[in-house]
Amino acid sequence: MRRQLPILIVFVSGVFMVIQYFIPHESFEFIYEYAMDWIIIIGIFAMLLGLWSLTRASVSKVQAKAPGWGFSVMTLVGLATMLFLGFYKGNKSIAEGTFFMDLFWYIYTPIQATMFSLLAFYIASAAYRSFRVRTVLATILLVTALIIMLRLIPLGPISGVNQWLASWILTVPNMAAKRAIWIGVGLGATATALKIIFGIERAYMGKD
Amino acid sequence: MRYKNLNRLLILTFFFFFLILPLGQILAQEDTLPPAPPTEVRASDTQNDNGHSITITWKLSGDDGAGKKDVVAYEILRSESPAGEFVVRGMVPAGNNTYQDRGAKEKEDKNYFHPYHDFYYKVRAKTLNSYSESGVAGPAQAYGQWFHLGKLPVFVGTLAFTIMVLAFISLARKGKKFYVRPLAGIDAVDDAIGRATEMGRPILYILGLGSAADIATIASFTILNRIAKKTAEHKTKIIVPCNDPIVMSVAQETVKAGYLDAGRPDMYQEENIFYITSMQFAYVAAVNGIMLREKTATNFYLGKFYAESLILAETGSVAGSIQISGTDEIAQIPFFVAATDYTLIGEELYAASAYLGREPLLLGALKAQDLAKAIVMISLASGAVAASFHLDFFLRLFTVQM
Amino acid sequence: MNFYERLMQLDRRWIYLGVAIAVTIPVLAPFKVPVYITPEAKAVYEFVENTKPGEIIFLAIDYDPNAMAELHPMARTIMRQSFSRGIRLIISALSQNGPGMAEQLISQISKEYNKKNGMDYVYLGYKPYPGITILAMGQNFRIPFPTDYYGTPLDSLPMMDGVRNYDDVKGIISIVAGNIAEYWINYANGRYKAKVFFGVTGVMTADYYPFLQSGQLLGLLGGLKGASEYERLAKQEGVATEGMSIQTVAHLVVIAFIVVGNIGFFMSKKKKR
Repeated sequence: MRRQLPILIVFVSGVFMVIQYFIPHESFEFIYEYAMDWIIIIGIFAMLLGLWSLTRASVSKVQAKAPGWGFSVMTLVGLATMLFLGFYKGNKSIAEGTFFMDLFWYIYTPIQATMFSLLAFYIASAAYRSFRVRTVLATILLVTALIIMLRLIPLGPISGVNQWLASWILTVPNMAAKRAIWIGVGLGATATALKIIFGIERAYMGKD
Repeated sequence: MRYKNLNRLLILTFFFFFLILPLGQILAQEDTLPPAPPTEVRASDTQNDNGHSITITWKLSGDDGAGKKDVVAYEILRSESPAGEFVVRGMVPAGNNTYQDRGAKEKEDKNYFHPYHDFYYKVRAKTLNSYSESGVAGPAQAYGQWFHLGKLPVFVGTLAFTIMVLAFISLARKGKKFYVRPLAGIDAVDDAIGRATEMGRPILYILGLGSAADIATIASFTILNRIAKKTAEHKTKIIVPCNDPIVMSVAQETVKAGYLDAGRPDMYQEENIFYITSMQFAYVAAVNGIMLREKTATNFYLGKFYAESLILAETGSVAGSIQISGTDEIAQIPFFVAATDYTLIGEELYAASAYLGREPLLLGALKAQDLAKAIVMISLASGAVAASFHLDFFLRLFTVQM
Repeated sequence: MNFYERLMQLDRRWIYLGVAIAVTIPVLAPFKVPVYITPEAKAVYEFVENTKPGEIIFLAIDYDPNAMAELHPMARTIMRQSFSRGIRLIISALSQNGPGMAEQLISQISKEYNKKNGMDYVYLGYKPYPGITILAMGQNFRIPFPTDYYGTPLDSLPMMDGVRNYDDVKGIISIVAGNIAEYWINYANGRYKAKVFFGVTGVMTADYYPFLQSGQLLGLLGGLKGASEYERLAKQEGVATEGMSIQTVAHLVVIAFIVVGNIGFFMSKKKKR
């Protein structure tokens, strides 16, 4: 029973979600929206679970003085500070000009922007290592990449030609390849979904 | 000379008073004259909807685009009785001959649209300073449909594919052997785990940024289960930092099941599968930290990935880890290919669990996919031919209306 | 190891240094680069330009601070263009850390054009689960957002009178980073047939060209380049236009590294023979 019940729930909800796509009638719309509300509610409770997990993992790291435990202290301090500042004035705590927003603007935003801009460095290094004229296909890849990159650089008289070529690459071969992968992904996703609905794939369920 | 000019002046004056002025007045009057009314107004239930809308169609006014060409818009009016008071429900610019009168489905909404209730419609052709109305159409009732006819091609496709998957699975169940081509990324899994064991270092498994409802994440769970089983057999530590609390709970169950399968439930440590944060780059920073501190021997990136893919993979490559990646996020595939050792492209990620488990039932589904792909390819080719020769009936077979 | 082999296996830190220098130079010694306008960027501009004063555009600000450098200039320029033309805006922020940024833009630009909350614009704010929110807004904005960001009921805002869902706006411009983009295409366009326009980050750009061709997307601004094109079109040249010089130099450096790597590859292969 402990095994059958979850599979039954998965089957019923899975089949319902497939059918509702084909039925516009409002009674099905109602159940669908009801299910969506459930997702939100479950998500919020899961957040508490996540919070508990993070706190427990960090505390145990600090207690064990595991390598880098200082970072765990920072995590806990950051968590407590933002929680407190976000709540103590109710709705007004996150208005423009509060300490919470100052932390958001002057600490969180620059850190995020920095992490994102690491990409520029990593892309350069990855491009350096992977764009080599090893084979014919690799050469085609390299030439295509150069055309797309040159689209951003003023080239005087040949700029127009390059722009045309770049947009042709983006709208024709790029699109053809993407759609091919999408079709594969779509069929694969449907097959996976079917395997789950019919209880053939159940590794994600765990065991007891 | 002087008289001649005087004559001209007189003639001009005559023309002005007796011809141009009256003509102008007539034209000006003409402007306030109503346009030809719209005709053949029909109102009927909107098809393939939830039952809170009526579609109105009409024949354009004779002065829309033709005749005096002065119609600027059509107003659609509604009433609950043919002689009752008509209220404006909406407006469309000239040249349009349909309107969907839609409303809310919640009874408490101000704009609630009553289903199974008689409504009458009129269409008004408007010029800048005049209008004319059509006759009354109706009664029409709105009601919901139990099947979306526009989605018939999707329905047929889904049904056919489901049958194919089930058929191949039942073939597999009967013992038929299927050949599947080898995937380098999968073949490398065992070596990668072995390497970690030899080095005495942990394995890092990243499920990506997807939610537990994303197919990529679900596929990743099943791979995690198989890898957890192998790590349990090798007595190697596996670390799974998560980006979503629900994903974390499922991942814990999955890994526990893997350890159980290996007969080593005692080795399972829940604290190694933990939640960090749902913030993309904060998560990346934390994972990068783990890679560099724990010196993980092998990193798996399987699931949904976005801009963080390259940051993770480059850091792992700096740390000297063997890396196996896989995602259905097409934009990230090039980054993974460039920076990791093996990449599962698109649906290979979904297929991976079947490969790792080598369970005939799961391989059956793979064969169904191959067949479906062949059918898609044939349809694409015939569609291209049909479109080139304007064989519209063939194209209509595949047209989906949302 | 000879010179060419060493060239091939250049320590990645040299590359990082090269890129760092490349992005610093244009900051210290600014210069301007010409911008080529693509038709997909022009389509977004013309949509706003052809919207009549008083009509409503839905502007979705769906990105976190990390994408600010690329996307903030787009949102800012579109907001200025709309307000200067008397177009009214419904603004949402469906990314977790988006509300603060949207709020900053709104408070700054509404002051510039003396626009009033509830009359000239409505700011809906944030709701979790963007897919469900976008789907629900297709029925009525009031389902996910009974009140605006500031807690005022939508029904008491004059601008929202008679404005129910996507049918009542001219179109949706989503300035977006990440998977929220797919929901706009699948739900707002797919299910409710809204006109959808995008401004996306550079890495996402190539992904959305297929939707342009299929007509599910009507215009596209891609990355900083797209932002600079838009600034040029709207005659509001700002940070994106300035940033293009950095982009240019950085790209040249990457190309130079690729060329150097290939010379190393080629020559070391030749030597081995």
